[in-house]
Amino acid sequence: MHDTNASRASFLPLTASAVLVNPVGLHARPSVKLTQCAKRFAAAIEIALAADGPWTDAKSPVKVMRVKAPQGAMLYFRVAGPDGEAALAAVIGLVHDGFGEA
Amino acid sequence: MSNSSSGNVGIVIVSHSAKIAEGAADMVRQMVGNAVPLAWTGGDPEGGLGTNVAGILEAIEIAWSPAGVAILVDLGGAETNSEMAVEMLTEDRRARVVVCNAPVVEGAVIAATESSGGSSLTAVQRSAEEFYA
Repeated sequence: MHDTNASRASFLPLTASAVLVNPVGLHARPSVKLTQCAKRFAAAIEIALAADGPWTDAKSPVKVMRVKAPQGAMLYFRVAGPDGEAALAAVIGLVHDGFGEA
Repeated sequence: MSNSSSGNVGIVIVSHSAKIAEGAADMVRQMVGNAVPLAWTGGDPEGGLGTNVAGILEAIEIAWSPAGVAILVDLGGAETNSEMAVEMLTEDRRARVVVCNAPVVEGAVIAATESSGGSSLTAVQRSAEEFYA
């Protein structure tokens, strides 16, 4: 059983979280930055305001804006894919960095 | 009008108002960057409010990309004139131009965001049209 699931197991979802520091929250510009970043990775990348979801596709700018995350919100990310680790580091880095505008 | 050569899907903004079209293009450039071919057109040839087929054709030419062009329009005439402009393109180009059913400003930003990641014309259109989904 473990052997047959070996390849799938390597893509088990990774999660991490970071506090949103941008004063206006996850508004249009940071949403665009986030989706542009997420699209650079093959991994599925999702975002949520709670550790148990509901999860939103971080590659969809329309959906990310609809999350309406306010300043101070904890942003949870869940990634799964061959480059998941790098993807998670990149999106968490963006949040920490205030999407380059905080 | 502005352009940036790349293999990404081009974006054309068509509004009855030149100011709206130009402002929407400014938002795209500032929020999304320069990785997407972009052009705008607005107003009638006399400088009033309206749209005109020649201006739209010119904008399509400026924003042209082998990956295709997505057009964002505001009201009625902008859409019909854009469809007329598409009809006037050569056959091989016509198949690679779509008029999106999306709000002009938001749609332009979202379409450009999608395009900047190297997405196909179909994906760019789908993303812009998510606003009405």
